[in-house]
Amino acid sequence: MTDQTSLVHARGLTKRYANGFTAVDAVDFDVRSGKAFGFLGPNGAGKTSTMRMIACSSPVTEGELTVIGMDPRTQGRQIKARLGVVPQNDNLDTELTVRENLEMYARYFDIPRAVANKRTDELLEFVQLAERARDQVEPLSGGMKRRLTIARALINEPDLVILDEPTTGLDPQARHLLWERLYQLKRRGATLIITTHYMDEAEQLCDHLVVMDKAKIVAEGSPRQLIDQHATKEVLELRFTDAVRDSLDGRLDGLADRIETLPDRLLLYTADGEGALEQVHQRDIPVESALVRRSSLEDVFLRLTGRSLVE
Amino acid sequence: MTVLASGRVWQRNFLVYKRLWHRSIAFGFLQPVLFLTAMGIGVGALMSNQDLAAFGGVPYIDWLGPGLLSAMSMQTATFESTYPIMNKIMWGRNYEAMLSTPLTTRNLIVGELFWVAFRIGTLASVFLVVLALFGIVRSPLALLAVPVAVLVGTAFSACLVAFTATQRNDVGFSAIFRFVINPLFLFSGTFFPLSNLPDEARWVAWLTPLFHGVELIRGLVLDSLDWAAAPIHLGYLLAMLVTGALIADRTLRRRMAG
Repeated sequence: MTDQTSLVHARGLTKRYANGFTAVDAVDFDVRSGKAFGFLGPNGAGKTSTMRMIACSSPVTEGELTVIGMDPRTQGRQIKARLGVVPQNDNLDTELTVRENLEMYARYFDIPRAVANKRTDELLEFVQLAERARDQVEPLSGGMKRRLTIARALINEPDLVILDEPTTGLDPQARHLLWERLYQLKRRGATLIITTHYMDEAEQLCDHLVVMDKAKIVAEGSPRQLIDQHATKEVLELRFTDAVRDSLDGRLDGLADRIETLPDRLLLYTADGEGALEQVHQRDIPVESALVRRSSLEDVFLRLTGRSLVE
Repeated sequence: MTVLASGRVWQRNFLVYKRLWHRSIAFGFLQPVLFLTAMGIGVGALMSNQDLAAFGGVPYIDWLGPGLLSAMSMQTATFESTYPIMNKIMWGRNYEAMLSTPLTTRNLIVGELFWVAFRIGTLASVFLVVLALFGIVRSPLALLAVPVAVLVGTAFSACLVAFTATQRNDVGFSAIFRFVINPLFLFSGTFFPLSNLPDEARWVAWLTPLFHGVELIRGLVLDSLDWAAAPIHLGYLLAMLVTGALIADRTLRRRMAG
């Protein structure tokens, strides 16, 4: 049974391409109304393929999928009328001005001209591009183009907004501005689906997350729940000189619940990072540098897949 | 529903065109004037009255003019249906954005064909004015040359969009220009009568699409239409348009779902 408040419902959802490659392998998830739902995972994990099936731009190979209570196989047009899509790569109309991009897009949804004009004004304000309304799209910065793409996705007042890696390739300032706008959108009650390979983005924006790896969902929950379940409270990051590192040979045993070895450092998972560091010093192991921090989604991902998110 | 939604695709192209329309019309006027002056008056002056029998007894420039109108329709359709469509599929990704709305690939195909029809309709009208200024038009039926030119253009456009949707880069376009469009331009009875060709070659010409457009338009403008052959010419072009559009819808849908 589909949950009443579930905007997207997937069971055994699978995407296999003509060349036999399975991009999404029998995944189950539910996106609840009014929440920000995140797909976190490295490039090639199947996030975009999942999004494209939800957006009705790529046919479902197998399994069950309903979007806003409808079937993408037969009701693609009706679903699209109620979706807002922000693709991974900008596909703004570079032959039109900023304002024309929104007005023309409104025409594709058959929105009456007067309504389209009004919404265009409001949306340009919302994404802080009102002053650029008459400009061409090409000279805009990456962050501005993203904001315009988001405004365009909102022109039909969608029930569900799909954002595929909304801040990839943007500088930190532009990312924060974009997050702030998305946060405002959330406060207005919009339902968002976001894919990202940035853990900070997932932590900032998402109420609920699924972690994807190699076409499968490997964990699910709120960012806090995932950290609590799959990582310790704190992490002690240690760097050693190569000589010390090669001769460690079990000298760190018993200091942490779990030790992860990365190419440039060791991660000690423990409830008490300072305490563990204290013991390292007591054992006379010469440390090059040490850092105690709270566990993050990056650690969850590392734990679940043995790899980093951004490689 | 299809017509209205496809109209939006037309509208988008028109919005871009609106800024440049005067330039486009000016080129549309200049090109036939230059061609008719160079080929018609320049080359035509070399022909004696005896030669003119091969052109149905009219001056060479009169015989050439309507043929050029047909060839212009093919060429305009070719340019509109290769690079700009490739851009909307791959480089500018316009179609990806448009297909995130309730528009379907069928709307895109029909809308682009509306657009080509509009472009060729305006250019053919300008061309007809030029033909009239050169004193070539011999019948009010010449007005029908505009819809026939539109038919020629959309028929070519549909087939070329079907082809473009299968291409991953623009290498295939130069092959199409060299081995399809140019031979058609040269051997479809635009510049010389097919009766000059050996019998087998004439038979091949009947199978090619531009020939049918040239015959119809020339017949209408010079008031020399072979009414018995006209339905065959029309039928050929209509079949090409419908088949091309159906295939284009398929290839584009596959491409965009990729």
